[in-house]
Amino acid sequence: MKVNLSDTRKIIQQYRNKKGTLIPLLQEIQAIYGYVPKESIELISKELLIYPVKIYGILTFYTQFYLTPRGKHTIIVCQGTACHVMGGKDILDYLSNKLGISEGETTKEGMFSLERAACLGCCGMAPVVVIDNNFYGMCDIQKVDALVKEYRSKEANR
Amino acid sequence: MKIKILICMGTSGISAGAEEVAKIFESELKLKKLMDKCRIIKVGDRGLFRDTLVDIITPELGRVTYEYIKSEDVPKIVDEHLLKGKPVEELRAGKDYEQFFSGQIRIVLSNCGEIDPEDIDDYITHGGYNALQSVLSMVPEKVIDEIEKSGLRGRGGAGFSTGLKWKFCKNAKSNMKYVVCNADEGDPGAFMDRSVLEGDPQSVIEGMIIAGYAIGATEGFIYCRAEYPLAIKRLEISISQAREKRFLGDNILGSEFSFDITIKRGAGAFVCGEETALLASIEGRRGMPRARPPFPAQEGLWGKPTLINNVETFANIRHIIIKGAEWFSSIGTDESKGTKVFALAGKVKNTGLVEVPMGTTIRELIFGPGGGMVKKKIGLKGVQIGGPSGGCLPETLLDIPIDYESISKTGAIMGSGGMVVMDEKTCMVDIARYFLSFTVEESCGKCIPCRVGLKRMLEVLEKITEGKGKEDHISFLKEMSTTIKHTALCGLGNTAPNPVLTTLKYFQDEYLTHIRDLNCPAHVCVELIEFEVIEEKCVKCGKCYEACPVDAISWKKKEYPKIDKEKCIKCKSCINACDFMAIK
Repeated sequence: MKVNLSDTRKIIQQYRNKKGTLIPLLQEIQAIYGYVPKESIELISKELLIYPVKIYGILTFYTQFYLTPRGKHTIIVCQGTACHVMGGKDILDYLSNKLGISEGETTKEGMFSLERAACLGCCGMAPVVVIDNNFYGMCDIQKVDALVKEYRSKEANR
Repeated sequence: MKIKILICMGTSGISAGAEEVAKIFESELKLKKLMDKCRIIKVGDRGLFRDTLVDIITPELGRVTYEYIKSEDVPKIVDEHLLKGKPVEELRAGKDYEQFFSGQIRIVLSNCGEIDPEDIDDYITHGGYNALQSVLSMVPEKVIDEIEKSGLRGRGGAGFSTGLKWKFCKNAKSNMKYVVCNADEGDPGAFMDRSVLEGDPQSVIEGMIIAGYAIGATEGFIYCRAEYPLAIKRLEISISQAREKRFLGDNILGSEFSFDITIKRGAGAFVCGEETALLASIEGRRGMPRARPPFPAQEGLWGKPTLINNVETFANIRHIIIKGAEWFSSIGTDESKGTKVFALAGKVKNTGLVEVPMGTTIRELIFGPGGGMVKKKIGLKGVQIGGPSGGCLPETLLDIPIDYESISKTGAIMGSGGMVVMDEKTCMVDIARYFLSFTVEESCGKCIPCRVGLKRMLEVLEKITEGKGKEDHISFLKEMSTTIKHTALCGLGNTAPNPVLTTLKYFQDEYLTHIRDLNCPAHVCVELIEFEVIEEKCVKCGKCYEACPVDAISWKKKEYPKIDKEKCIKCKSCINACDFMAIK
C-alpha cells in the first residue's frame, strides 16, 4: 500500500524550527495514519535533518508508537496492580487465546489489535478493558466475550 | 438561587454512562419546563466509584446525593424530587457513601466532584486564584518562606521539602528558569493525579504560576501521560481560559510578572516519571535518566534551572497561601505535614480516592473510608503501597501511621499514594513477579544492574511460580536485590527490588510453600493448580459452574461440581468466582 505523504509534509511544516518537538510531531503523524509509516520517517529525516536512527530510537523507546498498521479496534487490557489482583492477567491470557494473537499483534482480518497497559488509573473499577477509548470496568471473561462479539457484529452490520 | 444538579463526569463516571445521564437530565428538564430554574454542573469524579453519582441541591431540601444512577432513573428523580419536592429514597446514597467520606480531610480534593472543571468561573467562585492575587503583592522570598514553614513535602514519593527545592531554584543564577509539573503518574494502582487533573485542573495551574513567581521562571510545562486523554483535554481548556482571564501570559493581572504553560504529552514510558528522564522526554529525546548531581534545580531543562513538583504538591500550594503555613502544619505529624491522597483499590469494599491527615494508620484507612474487605469470608492478607517502588506489608503492620519515615522503616515507601488491598486469594510470590515483570519491561536499559539484574531476578521468580524453584533461589534474590538497590543509576532501579524484599521479609513462608510443597496457597500460580474441587470447603453454590466459559464444569443443585480437565482451559474463572477458595 502506498502511503500518502501530503499530511506528513503539512505536519513537518508546523514543527520546523521549534525546539523539543520530535515526539509531538510523531504523535501527530500517528494520529493520522494510525501508525508511523516508514515513508514518513524518511521524509522527516530529510526535511528536518535528523538521522533516521534517532527517530527509530524514539519510536521504539516509547510504547505508544507503532511501526505497523493497527487493527480496526484496539483492545487494551489493563495490567495495573488493582487489575492484576482482580484477575486482569486472566482476561489478557483469555483474549490472547481467543483472538489467536499475542499482545502487540493484530488479528489476520485486521479487526482487533491486542495491547496491555501498565495502568490506566481507573483502579476503582478493576479489572478494566478499553476498546477504542471506551472504558469498560468490572470485567470478567464472560463480559469481554460479549464485548468482542458486540464489536464483531457491529462491523458485520456495517 | 438556582437548583444545582451535580453529575460526576470523570473517567470512571463517563465509563458508567454519566454522559447519557446528563443528556436525559437536560431533555427531562426541557420537557418539564424546569430549564430556567436548574443548572446542571458536570463535575469531576468525587473519588468514590459508584457508577454515576448525582447530587441535587435545592434551597428547601439542601443537598441530596444519589448513587448508581442509570439514565432510566432520571425521569423519576425529576418528577419526585424537583417537581414534588420528595427525594427518591431508594436511590439515595447509603451508609457506605457516608462512611467513605467520614474521617477524610479534603484539601487537595476539596473541589473534586464539586465544581465544573471546564469552567474557570466556577473555580473562581470557589476561591480560585485568590492565592495568586495575594502572592503578587508579596516578595518571592516571602512566598518561599511560607511554603518552607508549612512543612509541605513532595507528594511524588520521595518526600523532599518543597520549600527547600523552591529555594534552590530561586538561588540558582540564570537568565531562564522553568517550572515543570510531573503528571506522569505511571505507578500501577495510583490515580490521584488523574482525578485532580480531571476534577480541579485550575488548582494545579495556579500552584505552578505561584511557583513560577517565587523562583523567577517565565515558562512552565505539564508533562502528562498519554493514557489520560480526559485530563489532557481539561488541562487544555483550563489553560486557555486562564489566559483569557490574564492569569497566564504577559503581565499577569497587570503585574510585571509573566508566565505561560505548555502541555507535553507523554508517549508511554514509566521511567519518564523519574525527573531527569522526564526532562529528556520534554526535550524530545528518549526518556533515559542521567546521574545526579547536577540536580535539575541547577541544570534542568535545556541546561537551565528547573523546578519539578508533582500534581498533588502543586494542588496544595494555593491552600497554604490562603490559610497560612501555620494552619497547614497543624495537620499531620511532626515530620509529615498536611494530608495525603491515597488511591484505595483492590479487595476493599469502597474503592476510590481518600484524603486523610498524615499519621492516620493504614488500618483506619481500610476499615474507615474503605469500609473493610469486599468479601467478608476471605481475610485480609496485606497491603501493597507505593507501587513498583514500594512494598507489601502484612496484616500485622497495618497499625503503623502513614508518614514518610514510618513507612520507609518497613521497607516500603510512601510513593505517590497507590494502596492496593490484598486478601487470601492474592499470592505474594506472584505479586513480586508481577512488579518485577513491570520494572523489567519499563527499565530503560541504560545501567546494567537494572537492565540485567532485574531480568535475572524475574527469571528466578518465574521458576518459583512455575514450581521449579530451589531453596537457594531465596538467598540469590536477597543478594541480587541488595546489589541493585545500591548500584542502579536512578530511582526506578534503586527501588525496583522493594516488592521482592518486602514479600521475602514478611511472607517468606509463602515462597517456601511454592518451592518445597509445590503449592500456591492462594490458588493463583496456574502451574501449581490442579483444578479440583475441595469438597470440605465447597458449599455447592454453583458459581463456578456459571463462570466457566467453556462448560468444563458440571453441577446440579445440592451436588458438588465436577471439573472436566480435558475441556478446562485453565482460565481460572471458576477460582475467581468462588467465595470459599474451594478449588485448588
